[in-house]
Amino acid sequence: MNSPILQGATRILAALILLFSVYMLLRGHNEPGGGFIAGLIASAALILFALAWGVAEARASLRVAPAKLAAAGGLLAGGSGAVALLSGLAPFTGLWLFIGGGDDGKGLPVSTVLAFDIGVYLAVFGSVLMLFFALEDD
Amino acid sequence: METNSHTAVSRRQGSGRDAALTLLVLAAPLGATLWLLALLPDVRAGAALQFAISWVPSLGVTLAFMVDGLSLLFALLVSGIGFFVVIYAGLYLRGHPLLSRFYLYLLLFMIGMLGLVLAADLITLFVFWELTTVASYLLIGFNHATAAARRAALQALLLTGLGGLCLLAGLILLGNAAGSYQLAEVLQAGARVRADSLYVPTLLLILAGALTKSAQIPFHFWLPNAMAAPTPVSAYLHSATMVKAGIYLIARLHPVLSGTGLWEWALTLTGAATAVVAAVLALRQTDLKLALAYTTVVALGTLTMFLGSDDTVAIAAAITFVLVHAFYKAALFMVVGIIDHATGTRELTQLGGLWRKLPVTFVAALAAALSMAGFPPFLGFIGKELKYEGALAIATEPLLVAGAAVFANALMVAVAATVVLKPFLGRPGRQATHRDGPAGLWLGPLLLACLGLAFGLDTSLVADSLVQPAVTAILGRPETVKLKLWHGINLPLLLSVATLTLGVAAFAAQHRLRALMDSVAPRLPLSADRIWDSLIESLKSLAAAQTRLLQHGVLHKYLQTVFVTLALLLALALLHGGAPSLEWPELTIKEWAAMALTLAGALMAAAARQPLTAICGLGALGVGIALIYLFFGAPDVAITQLLVETLFLVMIAMTLHRLPLFSRPHHASLRRGDALLAIAVGCAVTAALLLALQQPFDPATRDYFERAAVPEAHGRNIVNVILVDFRALDTFGEILVVFAAAAAAVTLLRGHRIRSRNGNGNGNGNGNGE
Repeated sequence: MNSPILQGATRILAALILLFSVYMLLRGHNEPGGGFIAGLIASAALILFALAWGVAEARASLRVAPAKLAAAGGLLAGGSGAVALLSGLAPFTGLWLFIGGGDDGKGLPVSTVLAFDIGVYLAVFGSVLMLFFALEDD
Repeated sequence: METNSHTAVSRRQGSGRDAALTLLVLAAPLGATLWLLALLPDVRAGAALQFAISWVPSLGVTLAFMVDGLSLLFALLVSGIGFFVVIYAGLYLRGHPLLSRFYLYLLLFMIGMLGLVLAADLITLFVFWELTTVASYLLIGFNHATAAARRAALQALLLTGLGGLCLLAGLILLGNAAGSYQLAEVLQAGARVRADSLYVPTLLLILAGALTKSAQIPFHFWLPNAMAAPTPVSAYLHSATMVKAGIYLIARLHPVLSGTGLWEWALTLTGAATAVVAAVLALRQTDLKLALAYTTVVALGTLTMFLGSDDTVAIAAAITFVLVHAFYKAALFMVVGIIDHATGTRELTQLGGLWRKLPVTFVAALAAALSMAGFPPFLGFIGKELKYEGALAIATEPLLVAGAAVFANALMVAVAATVVLKPFLGRPGRQATHRDGPAGLWLGPLLLACLGLAFGLDTSLVADSLVQPAVTAILGRPETVKLKLWHGINLPLLLSVATLTLGVAAFAAQHRLRALMDSVAPRLPLSADRIWDSLIESLKSLAAAQTRLLQHGVLHKYLQTVFVTLALLLALALLHGGAPSLEWPELTIKEWAAMALTLAGALMAAAARQPLTAICGLGALGVGIALIYLFFGAPDVAITQLLVETLFLVMIAMTLHRLPLFSRPHHASLRRGDALLAIAVGCAVTAALLLALQQPFDPATRDYFERAAVPEAHGRNIVNVILVDFRALDTFGEILVVFAAAAAAVTLLRGHRIRSRNGNGNGNGNGNGE
């Protein structure tokens, strides 16, 4: 599709959608969202970009091969599940750390659960893009 | 024969590395043997040593090992003969490019065998049983370049694997009947098991496993075929160990299962038939290795026959014979390997006068053969005397057992004489190219054969340290076994004399007998090997026919099959579940609107003539469903549905030109059929859903997650908390599935593209028709 308007708009839109996907990912634990949904949103951003600029351009702008993203996601999710094993707990038990949390507040929550969700995000993102790019490659 | 070319070519290079490898591998059986020998005094004193690791505690399965008299005897045979076999193989296969692989298989097999005989848990036993099956498959098929080896390996695998499945079922039944999988407890539960209503199937299934493994009629044919394996394998698998696994199992479960008429008759008859038939077949062979293979079947038949009994002497005879047989048979196999190496043939008719060139081998062969033929003062003689004493002591069918034993032993005498006399002393034939060869080759057979002599001369070496504890373990009561060389003139001795006479006669008449058998054999209507082949063939053609029927490659028909099945299954369920009661729900206007949107989308997709219209219709339908999710309080699901719907639409639209879907006019009749099917599936699913909704809703799970989400998982979005915390393992599996699906799709797309690029020059992407 060769539309200057779409092409121009897409550069900003794709960035915004990607940002939005990260927002959806991080809020997911308490509000609607989460890794799966965010991964779909992120791939929508890249798909939009590919529609406007072509698959080759989209691949280049992603810099990393989607298969690697997906694999990294799988590894991250699996690894975050394995952390609990090291502590002698059942695999995929959520471990939480509240950075700077005192008696007054909870602090910044960091957890293996978050790492797991990021893994899901990357795996979905990479997988959908793998499929889409392969469909459009010629 | 099979390795001569290899050894000739590459003997020089890498033999130092091979020797180092052999020494390394040797440590395993040596260590095991020494450890087992160290346990000997304890076991002799009657202790059963236990080692256990909890494995599947929820099912009561432990990885448990136990050393008692019976398992110690077999374990010592496995590791001790394994030790000699490794030495022998190191020289026999010296310079073979796959020597390290051979050792890997051999050690795997050794571990399997040791685990099997030391297992103290039925499931542990079965797992190691299967390990020996797999390892023997790899070993028999070691010369994988020859079709015969591949066929023999597969045959052995399928047959013993089939037996293994039966055995698993049998062991589970046994465990249920006994109330435990622990061998120690099972062995105590004999009375309960024999009184169990499922005793007969239990026994038959377990025997099916044991008898296939130990090559009893009618499953005897795989063992001679397995001679395609390198000679060290034959010496190990087919003399001392693997085929004895079935014997071990029978002996192991003797206290639990024996004592019934079925046990007695099944084992006695199968064993006797196997011994007699195999003895006749053994005499017929002119290939040394095949002749030995058939005598192994004779030995296994004899053992099975004696284990059918409850009598102390019969059991002692069986156990002694296990020892005797392991020593002489391993030695003889190795001797045949040496002959094969030196002359390049194992064919009896071409061999003769080898004693000049292979004097040491000759001594080993002679000693082993004398033990096999049962001459005094070899251990074989004692074994034979015990057999006759045991046969006569069997109360129910002494004549049958004694007759079969005498007949089989007589032919064994003839075969033993043939195997030694003809190649070493006969008229000179094919000459040996080199002398005895390195010590490692003849050391094993010589030592093993000499052990047969030493144990015969001084029976106290084995009688109360090995045989007596084993007999005690089998019979489950303390027994005293005395092995004596000279019993005085009695009935067993007379039977021995008869055996020798008969054997010498058979040896003298062997040419005539062989000619007679050769003329009869082609006229026999049945050969187990041929029946097996035709069975396998018919199985293959059945598989091919059903694949043609089910896997036709037409997408349209696949979908039809899936949906017809779905509709029929649901209809069946609805017939049993009753009709749902129809109540019109209270809906708000926006819910009506979402429903109308969904319906309109469906109608539009169904009625569309243009692909783009159909896709838009599907999109509308998807959005309608997402709205319904949203209205009924599932925002996460709604968002996901909306996103998937969007991405799906984009992808379909982008790939539309590749799909043959609309590229040809649909036949009107086809469309009508599809519409009917769609309506049927839709109605069935709707009815099933309505019915499901009428079931009372159990809120226990939901309440738990609502309660636990914040305190335990620090999250307020229950859906996400379930996905990433409570059910994280499931999610992990799902993302792997997503990844695998994407990878598979990419591979398929690439493959298709390469094919269409290479296939036809004018391929324009439309090449993927049905």
